[in-house]
Amino acid sequence: MAEVKTSRRDFLVKLAQGTSLAATGGFLWAHLLRQEARAQPYALRPPGALPEVDFNAACIKCGQCVTACPYDTLNLAPAGGGIPIGTPHFTPRKVPCYLCPDIPCMKACPTGALSPELKDINESRMGLAVIDVENCLSWKGLRCEICHRECPLKGKAITLETHPRQLSKHAMFVPLVHSDACTGCGICERACPTQEAAIRILPHNLVQGKIGEHYRLGWTFETEITQDFKPAAPAAPVTPAEAPKEAPKEAPGVDYLNRGL
Amino acid sequence: MGLTRRDFLKTSIAASTAATVGMPLSKSAEAAVKQAEAGWQWDKAVCRFCGTGCGIMVATQGGKIVATKGDPDAPVNRGLNCVKGYFNGKIMYGADRLTQPLLRMTDGKFDKKGKFVPVSWGQALDIMVEKFMAAYKEKGPHGIGLFGSGQWTVPEGYVAAKLWKAGFRSNSIDPNARHCMASAVAAFMQTFGIDEPAGNYDDIEHTDTAVLWGANMAEMHPILWSRITNRRLTHKNMVVVNLSTYANMSSDIADIEIVFAPSGDLAIQNYIAREIIKRGAVNKAFVDKHAVFATGPYDIGYGFRPAKADQFASAKEMEVVKNEQEHVIDKWEAIAQRKKEGEVVKQTNILGPKPAADWAISFEDFARALEPYDADFTTAVAKGDPDESDASFKAKLQKLADLYIDPKRKVVSYWTMGFNQHQRGTWVNEQCYMNHLLVGKQSMPGNGAFSLTGQPSACGTAREVGTFAHRLPADMVVNVKKHRDLSEKIWKLPENTLNPQLGSHYVKIMRDLEDGSIKWAMVQVNNPWQNTANLNHWIKGAREMDNFIVCCDAYPTVSAKVADLVLPAAMIYEKWGFYGNAERRTQCWRQQVPPPGQAKGDMWILLEMAKRIKIKDVWGEQKIPGLKAEGFEDGKLPSVLDAGKAMGYNPEMSLYEALFATKENKQAFKWPDAVAKGHGNHIAETLKDGWFPEKAMFEEYRKFGTGKAHDLAPFDHYYEDHVRGLKWPVVQKDGKWVETGWRFNEQYDPYCKKGSGIDFYGNNGKAMVMGDLDKPGDGSKKVDISGRAKIYFRPYASPVEQPDKEFNLWLCTGRVLEHWHSGSMTRRVPELHRAVPAAVCWMHPKDAESRGLKRNDLIWVESRRGKVKVRVETGGRNKVPRGLLYVPWFDEGVLINKVTLDSTCPISKETDFKKCSVKVYKA
Amino acid sequence: MSDHADHPTLGLGARLWSWRYFVLRRLSQFGILLLFFGSAHWGWQVAKDVPLLTGNLSASEFAGLLPMADPFAALQIFLAGHVLQQEVIVGALIVLGFYLLVGGRVYCAWVCPVNLVTDLANWLRNRFGIQAQIYFSRNTRYFVLAASLVLSMLMGVAAFEWVSPIGMAHREIIFGFGLGFQALAAIFLFDLLILKHGWCGHLCPLGAFWSVVGRRTAQVRVRFDKTSCTHCGDCAKVCPEPQVLNLKRLEEVGYVYSGECSNCGRCTPVCPEGSLRFDLRPMIHRHNAKAHGKQDVS
Repeated sequence: MAEVKTSRRDFLVKLAQGTSLAATGGFLWAHLLRQEARAQPYALRPPGALPEVDFNAACIKCGQCVTACPYDTLNLAPAGGGIPIGTPHFTPRKVPCYLCPDIPCMKACPTGALSPELKDINESRMGLAVIDVENCLSWKGLRCEICHRECPLKGKAITLETHPRQLSKHAMFVPLVHSDACTGCGICERACPTQEAAIRILPHNLVQGKIGEHYRLGWTFETEITQDFKPAAPAAPVTPAEAPKEAPKEAPGVDYLNRGL
Repeated sequence: MGLTRRDFLKTSIAASTAATVGMPLSKSAEAAVKQAEAGWQWDKAVCRFCGTGCGIMVATQGGKIVATKGDPDAPVNRGLNCVKGYFNGKIMYGADRLTQPLLRMTDGKFDKKGKFVPVSWGQALDIMVEKFMAAYKEKGPHGIGLFGSGQWTVPEGYVAAKLWKAGFRSNSIDPNARHCMASAVAAFMQTFGIDEPAGNYDDIEHTDTAVLWGANMAEMHPILWSRITNRRLTHKNMVVVNLSTYANMSSDIADIEIVFAPSGDLAIQNYIAREIIKRGAVNKAFVDKHAVFATGPYDIGYGFRPAKADQFASAKEMEVVKNEQEHVIDKWEAIAQRKKEGEVVKQTNILGPKPAADWAISFEDFARALEPYDADFTTAVAKGDPDESDASFKAKLQKLADLYIDPKRKVVSYWTMGFNQHQRGTWVNEQCYMNHLLVGKQSMPGNGAFSLTGQPSACGTAREVGTFAHRLPADMVVNVKKHRDLSEKIWKLPENTLNPQLGSHYVKIMRDLEDGSIKWAMVQVNNPWQNTANLNHWIKGAREMDNFIVCCDAYPTVSAKVADLVLPAAMIYEKWGFYGNAERRTQCWRQQVPPPGQAKGDMWILLEMAKRIKIKDVWGEQKIPGLKAEGFEDGKLPSVLDAGKAMGYNPEMSLYEALFATKENKQAFKWPDAVAKGHGNHIAETLKDGWFPEKAMFEEYRKFGTGKAHDLAPFDHYYEDHVRGLKWPVVQKDGKWVETGWRFNEQYDPYCKKGSGIDFYGNNGKAMVMGDLDKPGDGSKKVDISGRAKIYFRPYASPVEQPDKEFNLWLCTGRVLEHWHSGSMTRRVPELHRAVPAAVCWMHPKDAESRGLKRNDLIWVESRRGKVKVRVETGGRNKVPRGLLYVPWFDEGVLINKVTLDSTCPISKETDFKKCSVKVYKA
Repeated sequence: MSDHADHPTLGLGARLWSWRYFVLRRLSQFGILLLFFGSAHWGWQVAKDVPLLTGNLSASEFAGLLPMADPFAALQIFLAGHVLQQEVIVGALIVLGFYLLVGGRVYCAWVCPVNLVTDLANWLRNRFGIQAQIYFSRNTRYFVLAASLVLSMLMGVAAFEWVSPIGMAHREIIFGFGLGFQALAAIFLFDLLILKHGWCGHLCPLGAFWSVVGRRTAQVRVRFDKTSCTHCGDCAKVCPEPQVLNLKRLEEVGYVYSGECSNCGRCTPVCPEGSLRFDLRPMIHRHNAKAHGKQDVS
């Protein structure tokens, strides 16, 4: 009997050991994964990449996009590089995306992490160009505007706005980026002649703001439709909700009103 | 300076780390940075690049340029720069800067087929002069040549011109300005009898209309464009028109954009003139008083090799050359030139080989000649975008004419290479004056035709000093005895030292090298084997013929590659100099830093060459094949050794002593000089004979222009702290040196006759033979044209090579903002190189699609002459119409001039880089 | 670094012959690496613009025609919530089919680059007589395998692919170096100093995956001839998964049945009686039946 007891105790101990080992390992592993997944925000992905979370789920890290790129733009993130390991990304200041019309990287992707939904390379949104207006030569009045001229979507993604300079009889040519057309290819960042690039590509979520849902700009065309005063459809008769028989215990404003002055 | 280098490094590191962690810079650290900068020495200078002539300030420390800035006091740019100007401080510090003479050698001896080996200056100059003398003895003064430059400083160009013309008695010296401004020069000389624009940049702030004719100012004259844009933004009436063969960045703010077919500008100008007459808008008072109507021969050719072309051109090339020899009048030329379609006109010129010949005609003849240029005809030949409707084009033409005609509107026409690099470059320049003169909008603030220049001293050096094959300083020419006499007087030369025969112009020096009639050539401050059309021929001529080519440059260029001897040249801020910009503004700078290694200024190279050549070597009798001139034996220059001896020139004397370091110069212009304010002068210091060559040469050069409406202020005056260049003529008034804003206008120009209002005095004392539209008269009737400008009728002529079934696209070449000319400097600036690393071929998306090409595809662009590989660009800064390609020429990796056509304007000899036909296919 | 290096009595030819599977395995491992590397770095192509072998062991394409994908990685991605694209499914099925036929863990011994490192660690371990520090069950790998799949589902990323030292090492050999080699070094030290066959034999979930796959379908196996076996135990000494050589089981089925066998071929040359040989499964049955029959007759 003693033998049985021992083996049973042994088994229980082993079970406990195994479970705790598995739990510790599992937690560590999960923690590591979470850390890695959080390292994502600065990664610029190849054209057609799914939204970051989906992309991280879908990428098999095979590097076929890297091989397919004719310009050595893409790299697979090495371990410890701050970008999810093994995933493709690019550094525009080194090599930007040159926007191949046939999108070979996307075509090479076996998993659809680079989505085949992308038909026109100009529709890709790898990031958004952001100008440091304090250090941009053109914003200082110099005739640079390299970003504008080199932009493959010149006049759409980057436009020039002209202003009188006031200081002298020279106009300023101020580059502006438009998120509706900017692909985030990074040719501008690569081309920027300042010591540190004054125009950079960043993931959209890091830089883009949003006007409130409740407000529409008065001078844009989309709002004109609402100028139609005809009722859209015969409105269903509204029957007012019956008032409850008993008054509720709480009502808005009560707390404030009952607080002392 | 109390701060050591280590302290400085420490504080600058502090500054940079502070910036990265977002810490506010402590006041003391900021002060330390300021203190370090306090050791910098700032001095005024000029931008190295285009003809705009922006002023900059240069800071130096320890023999290095540490920073530059736009000069806030410079009236041109008021402290601003374009992105090339932003990098002035970096152009001298490229990694592959040449610092040692290099000679092709095998086993320690010169060998044309050998490899470049470093040699000493002594060895280099000795072999150079030995080869020079051998070629000179064999072929005479026109058996040697010099490719000069509109980037020479004024004193450098002057030394080169004097050495060649007075010393070697050779006129085979021609600047790259031949590729750039020659058509403008020819038209100025023909129309006004004097070179360079009447107006200045202040016209921009006075005018209501800027019309660009083949000038993409937005990229090529960036700072002037910001002034035009400012005017457009702040002046309600301002209208900007952009005429070009493709839509470019200047179209961005243009109110009217006219894309015309190559050579269509000739028709559009005549259309405007016809409209002016039809609507009775001729300014009769102005025309009657200040102008005369004129025309010239039509059958002037296309500037190919005049004889034996077939010996050098391939069968494919001959297809085009044949079009010059037996030109078949096409449908449009028949209308435009009152001829029959299909008629064969040998382009031999009714007056013999004198394409520039002209004669006066009546206003009635003039008006009759313009009759065919109605809107229908003009639209048919000039509409450049096949996707634009005729009606739209006609409406734009009409609007354009309205602008010129509206009496209340001031108009300035600007042009650069679109007009100048044109098979009819001189004509189209003259047509522009035609319209301004017809409506009397010339030589007034805000009114006038203004030719912009591409190079920083195309005006100052190439044109004013006269470093062309036909010119002498101050607009004089070698084939006029009066001009030679005057020059010989100033240069203290024996009579008939100067050669009356025109030398080889730029393209001809290339052709002469190819056919062996020139056997020695030198290159200074330019890159002929990248910038000349139809390059394959010239590369062969340089490498396979028995000749010796010397290339002076700061960097290893394509031209250095084909040369036999490469001499390391000092760059702009490593020497003293003057540049003259497009508005006649002469500006100066001091040597800021010494040149690196063994590099030396171009002037030093020329002076050292002069030291090694004696009077007896060059002033004896010389053969000049083909020379025919009054007072000269055919084919010969007389010996002037004896006459020279009488004037004190010992035959054993070197040209250096006789022409440059003369006793007077050494006495009057000593180095060191107070004007230097502590700056060095590596040339004076290396010559070691105590004179100040730049100053001596500038003062001697001044003598040519003084009193002849080309007056300059004294050397020292330009260097005064408050002076920011002066627009010539600069005349002394009440003890002050006063510049001239608008020439030919009595209000501003001291050379105008009192009470004349406007006075085109360049033609004073000249007369013209009266004739009709087809030929000059017998000479019995002459008109005096003193004080008058000529209004030429010039017809439309079709381009000599046009797209056909095989070569089915137009090719236009040019520049981009980021790079300058052949890129030898800007491509050494890492930032500019990174921004625009390679030339691309702009192509209409539909043209690409129909050929199965996509953006970024590598293609061959092939013409009858050669082919290059380049990437396709269907978007970006230029929007070419269907049927036309645009390829910039800055990239030696895309030597587009292997493809271009070496057809020139027969009058100006300037190459047409803007049109030839090509085909493209996937590489 | 072979397990067979100490047979002083054999001649050179025979010694080389005894190394045959070792040499072939190294050729296979390095050859596959070379094909990937050559296509990525030297642009090896089968035709214009058709690279020879793109990608890596996670997913690849051969000659622009044959897609291949790691079925374990694909499974994780699927569990992470991504709808797989046809190409990767086809690729995974192709690879799966291949290993179903040749034996799942053939991947481990003939393809996986980590095997090079663990073999080296093992050889050094034997050489210097390093003793194990800890022991835990070889079945741990099945827990890790299960954890990979569960975590993929929970975390929404392919859990093992994100930490896989195999992937890191392979990618970094092909696409450039980073910290991935540290993981490889860790495995090396773990195998060398802490646990014999620690990674491949105890932890690797990919190996576990392949152990499960092909267990029943593998057509290439090591045949066991019980008539000639002298129970000397030489085979078990060199086997990285000695539990697969359970004699009782071997005698029962007549070949190495366990899915954990990687067909590395170490055991066959060391068997002095030639009792262990590679064979095709149908042939094994026939052979054994014949041998047994003979024995019965005699």
